[in-house]
Amino acid sequence: MAADNDTISGYAAAFEGFEAALNGGARSPLHARRREAIARLQEHGLPTARFEAWRHTNPAPLASGCFAPVMTAGKLSAEAIRPFVVSAIDGPLLVFADGQFVPGLSRVSDLPDGVQVHSLSAPGSGTAAIISGNLAALTLGAEHGFAALNTAFVRDGAIVTINAGCTVDLPVQILHVSTGQAGLTTPRTLVVAAAGSRASVVETFASTTSGAGVLTSSVAEIVVGAGAVVEHTRIHLHGAESLHAGTLHVTEAQDARFTAHTFCLAGRILREDVHTVLRGEHIESTLNGLSLPLGDDHVDNYTTIEHVAPDCSSHELYKGVVGGRAHNVFRGKIHVHQAAQRTDAYQSNQNLLMSDDAEINSKPQLEIYADDVKCSHGSTTGQLDPDALFYLRARGVGLQQARGVLTRAFAGELVDRLQHEGLRNHVERLVSTRLDAVLADQGEAR
Amino acid sequence: MTEPAATPAPEAALSDTEVLEQFAQRDYKEGFYTDVESDSAPPGLSEETIAFISKKKQEPAWLLEWRLKAYHTWLKMEDPTQRPAPEQWAMVHYPKIDYQAISYFSAPKKVSLDSLDQVDPEILATYNKLGIPLEEQKMLSGVAVDAVFDSVSVATTFKDKLAEVGIIFGSFSDAVKQHPELVRKYLGSVVPTGDNYYAALNSAVFTDGSFVYIPEGVRCPMELSTYFRINAANTGQFERTLIVADKGSYVSYLEGCTAPMRDENQLHAAVVELVALEDAKIKYSTIQNWYPGNKEGVGGIYNFVTKRGACRGDRSKISWTQVETGSAITWKYPSCILQGDDSVGEFYSVAVTSGRQQADTGTKMIHLGRNTKSTVISKGISAMNGQNVYRGAVQMQKRATGSRNFTQCDSMLIGDQCGAHTFPYITVRNPSSTVEHEASTSKIGEDQIFYCNQRGLSTEDAVSMIVNGFCKEVLKELPMEFAVEATKLLGISLEGSVG
Repeated sequence: MAADNDTISGYAAAFEGFEAALNGGARSPLHARRREAIARLQEHGLPTARFEAWRHTNPAPLASGCFAPVMTAGKLSAEAIRPFVVSAIDGPLLVFADGQFVPGLSRVSDLPDGVQVHSLSAPGSGTAAIISGNLAALTLGAEHGFAALNTAFVRDGAIVTINAGCTVDLPVQILHVSTGQAGLTTPRTLVVAAAGSRASVVETFASTTSGAGVLTSSVAEIVVGAGAVVEHTRIHLHGAESLHAGTLHVTEAQDARFTAHTFCLAGRILREDVHTVLRGEHIESTLNGLSLPLGDDHVDNYTTIEHVAPDCSSHELYKGVVGGRAHNVFRGKIHVHQAAQRTDAYQSNQNLLMSDDAEINSKPQLEIYADDVKCSHGSTTGQLDPDALFYLRARGVGLQQARGVLTRAFAGELVDRLQHEGLRNHVERLVSTRLDAVLADQGEAR
Repeated sequence: MTEPAATPAPEAALSDTEVLEQFAQRDYKEGFYTDVESDSAPPGLSEETIAFISKKKQEPAWLLEWRLKAYHTWLKMEDPTQRPAPEQWAMVHYPKIDYQAISYFSAPKKVSLDSLDQVDPEILATYNKLGIPLEEQKMLSGVAVDAVFDSVSVATTFKDKLAEVGIIFGSFSDAVKQHPELVRKYLGSVVPTGDNYYAALNSAVFTDGSFVYIPEGVRCPMELSTYFRINAANTGQFERTLIVADKGSYVSYLEGCTAPMRDENQLHAAVVELVALEDAKIKYSTIQNWYPGNKEGVGGIYNFVTKRGACRGDRSKISWTQVETGSAITWKYPSCILQGDDSVGEFYSVAVTSGRQQADTGTKMIHLGRNTKSTVISKGISAMNGQNVYRGAVQMQKRATGSRNFTQCDSMLIGDQCGAHTFPYITVRNPSSTVEHEASTSKIGEDQIFYCNQRGLSTEDAVSMIVNGFCKEVLKELPMEFAVEATKLLGISLEGSVG
């Protein structure tokens, strides 16, 4: 059971306070979900170091000690959020400060046809059914304590719905900013893409401070309708001391095409659980990820692709460039159910270690119960190819520059997969800046 | 694939079904039971039981103390399967074992080490049924056989010949009496008493096993072999094997296992420790074909083994090869600790799960020394309701600069009720090492079967041929004596009534 009963009772007490402050809101369907979540949290607790799912990431910094939920949002200016916004995208923008919607900084009017954006605290007409039908609809097991923690204390969030058959050209931007208030923040996103729609959603997690004492427990749920095409990008630009435990849960219907991009660019401890369920036939699902930890950073991408129905394909590519004393963890599971015949799944994890003190853990996994499948995975870890370095140096390129060229090419594969040009350029800049810092971080001098 | 899915070749489809049915109907071919009077300890585990075993074996006091220490460690340890679900890592499922219902000591009564004539004729008959005629092997095969029947060595051959070059090869209990300094120096040095639940249990109650010492610079002139056999119902087998290869020496060791058909679940928790000093090489080959349980999964051996080798010296090498076709549950990870610089670890495995068999097996390659190398080739075959897991750890520690690992895990599924799983754990703690892991999953294609059928091969022959081809990389690592047996075994396991 939970190693730390004090933590759980702390959260239970905080929940009572939260509930009392809700006034009439305590009777809403959303609050029923919160109650279920706190009950589940009390039953299962938060993960401990003994959990197989947390083998390479000690959850203690995130799970021991109660982080008091941040109740009031800090001040946020347009200037402060500028670096985090993709300026080239003039589409819908929802800005959240410490988990609370900031209408003044958001762009939610003049939306393209067929797309609706709302905040959870002020849902528009017609969205109530969407919320009650989809929010926290998934049942999560004992290992998903942080998703339960988010649900128990969720106050606000982004709801994006796309009408059937509609194409939204511009990506919808959702910005979760921590103003540095210590404690627990609970960003929440729900995207429902109806049949035949097309959309792209960009979520950025950022901090205006170093983020000391800040625990972000985020949950995003995406429902991809039949034949819908959805791209989801997560950019982690937390403060250097921030802690993050995130969950992305995706449900896909037949003929859907879903692509997720995860860029772990800053944060002290970043844990991302990505779980996508391929429920219908002929789905194509792709998970991409790039992690660039340095210093004492710890990044853990824990992904599961669940093939429930036949004739689907999935592709997964996660890369890491690790500097300093940082630690990059990858767990990817392809789970093929017995009915999921003719599944075509490929998974790859590639890592470059750039310092003597960096560490990687890779667990690519196949769990297969169907016989007519094509499933494979690969994992490689090493250093830059000495021949390639030599080639460049023989042509007068300095060692540092040559390392830069080769690592950029390595990381660039994932940046290039972004569809929208403006977004791609934005991420390329962020990745480039971060890579310079990773390459410069050689850990402790020997 | 572009095979005509709409109009499947009727014979091929039918033959596949037939083959599958035959898997279901196959009986355990090695299933017979020899009635030998056993001098057994009453069921139950306590300090008294351990003292009883130690006394029966006339052990020195230090070994009894060592056993008791292991027992007390075990008492404090947690049964790995009793952990809550999120904390469980192994994919094996079985009912809780009642350790008090097991009898921890059983020795055949008529023990003689002088000549084969004095060996219980029934035991000899058993070996003959298994095709291990000791008296013939002595003359023909050039294989020294230390046959372990239940827990006590009943016959050891070729001892004199080996003794000429200074090799010590015999039962563990003899080694304790004759070479206590060697046993004491190396026992538990690779697998400590508290290493894991089953290793601790073994350390407390192990009854016998094999001991090998190869002196400096000696190349063992023959393959050493021990045939293990589980007999007597309700008797857990707790073997202990210790092989020490001194500087510059070489030894190839074969371990083969068969068991009589019994309806009780029999626990087997062996420990194998290998020590390779500078420039020494150890090759350890296993064929495991214990009773897997019946079609409903009743009975069958629980095979929870801890096998580990330490490449202590520079340029040493340990190579594991295993063919696992038996047991209801196989749970083992033959491992290499590559301590010496430039040392090499290898693991070649074929695991077949059919019926309701479960296998969670693989290896651990722990790279500690510089420029160490390891290779892992694993072939898993699942049929019927079998569940086959490759679980392997590769660790490059900080000092292991310039090290390399290559891992390849291939799975084959036969039928749509089985499972094939791959769970590698890769850790890299230095930037100059390279780790590569590849895994794939496939089935025997209808087009492949069709191709063979067309050329006059029956479906069963085709399956056998394809499976043997699939496993070739591993089978070729086996010594000659074993390769033949292994190919036959794969045939028996997968061809149903054929073979």
